[in-house]
Amino acid sequence: MSLAHRIIPCLDTDGARVVKGVHFEGLRDAGDPVELAARYNAEGADELVVLDIAASRDNRPTFLQTISRVAETLSIPLAAGGGIRSLEDARAVIRAGADKITINTSAVEHPELIGELSREFGAQAVVLAVDAKRHDSRWLVHVRGGREATQLEAITWARRGVELGAGEILLTSMDRDGTQSGFDVELTAAISSAVTVPVIASGGAKVPTHFLEVFTTGAADAALAASIFHDRVQSIRALKEFLRQSGVTVRLPC
Amino acid sequence: MNVTVLDYGAGNVTSVERALRRLGATAVRTNRPEEIANADRIILPGVGHYAALINALDGQGLRQPLLAAISRGAKFLGICLGLQALYATSEEAPQLTGLGLLPGSVSQLPDAVKLPHMGWNQLKQPRHSRLLEGISPDDYFYFAHSYAAPSSGTEEAALCAYGREFVAVLEQNNIFAVQFHPEKSGAPGAKILENFLRVA
Repeated sequence: MSLAHRIIPCLDTDGARVVKGVHFEGLRDAGDPVELAARYNAEGADELVVLDIAASRDNRPTFLQTISRVAETLSIPLAAGGGIRSLEDARAVIRAGADKITINTSAVEHPELIGELSREFGAQAVVLAVDAKRHDSRWLVHVRGGREATQLEAITWARRGVELGAGEILLTSMDRDGTQSGFDVELTAAISSAVTVPVIASGGAKVPTHFLEVFTTGAADAALAASIFHDRVQSIRALKEFLRQSGVTVRLPC
Repeated sequence: MNVTVLDYGAGNVTSVERALRRLGATAVRTNRPEEIANADRIILPGVGHYAALINALDGQGLRQPLLAAISRGAKFLGICLGLQALYATSEEAPQLTGLGLLPGSVSQLPDAVKLPHMGWNQLKQPRHSRLLEGISPDDYFYFAHSYAAPSSGTEEAALCAYGREFVAVLEQNNIFAVQFHPEKSGAPGAKILENFLRVA
């Protein structure tokens, strides 16, 4: 008996529809968020992440509606983010039905936002999303959907975010994202051992052994993927059965 | 069936309302003292900081009506912070006073493990209880907290272990409470809520 490792499908949306593309390029429609959410809820997903990757002011009401409709179908936790720049933005997302908010660019630009959100909603509701890319011997944080590099070192930033009040780190490897060549186990292990909160690994998942690696060697607490689940390349249930047979604690039956 | 859900501004009220609706019950959200004082079934949801809940109860004048309803025999279900509020105090905000219906103090889980305790975990040593009717020892429930109530050996219906053992489910006469989020815990969570509606 112990805490289960979580499998988390991610819905990247343009506000209303699920979209996909490598590094935000060549976006194409990948379905209705409510239909996908209902499917993942039934298939044994442990949590769901919904992101507004356009994150423009204009489609904010649409995104809030999407969160509300997705939350209505779920009996598992929901994290939502993209374009959250203030306490009021976060409150709207939570009111719409999200249990957690993920913040990324706005946290880098205004680190005090992390503490504000944490004091208001609790650390368990604040997920700091860190998009990291290798530059020589270190990983640097990228913002604006990965398009802009910062000088922040990923390990230092993750640690600082936790000190400021983040209750979880959603760590995306920019190098692996969209490549289906496996999670960046080295990066995940480095961040996981540097912080005292759970780490969700993201970017590069394709086959079940990728998840096994990131949970064991990478010391991830949860693993996130998108297209392999959307395209039915990998069923969540079969993945969990493989992990259990490999000695990883997962929530089964579910 | 109507269930009064204390709506003092907690984040998970809507989720609780939706979960109740799926079970055919109607959540009546309120922060009006007189409605709470007269309620027969009360759910106290809560997530986040202990101080937010206690300050809201006192700031909105809900403490006395809630205690009055419980002592009158209203069926009460506390969720997450709603469980922690039943104790006298919490290490998370030592200057504040809880509802004091149960002895002891809520304290932080050991920092030898990653905190918050976030995700799906199983129950330990469940004893026969109305709330746990039909729940299998294999079932998982969703937790999201860093503080927890110590086991005293009397009121708890089940424990959970993460860093140390703590109260996951408690049941004492008309008082029920769970540290996890039944509204977010899939089918087993719905079963817990259904059990509460049945006894209520």
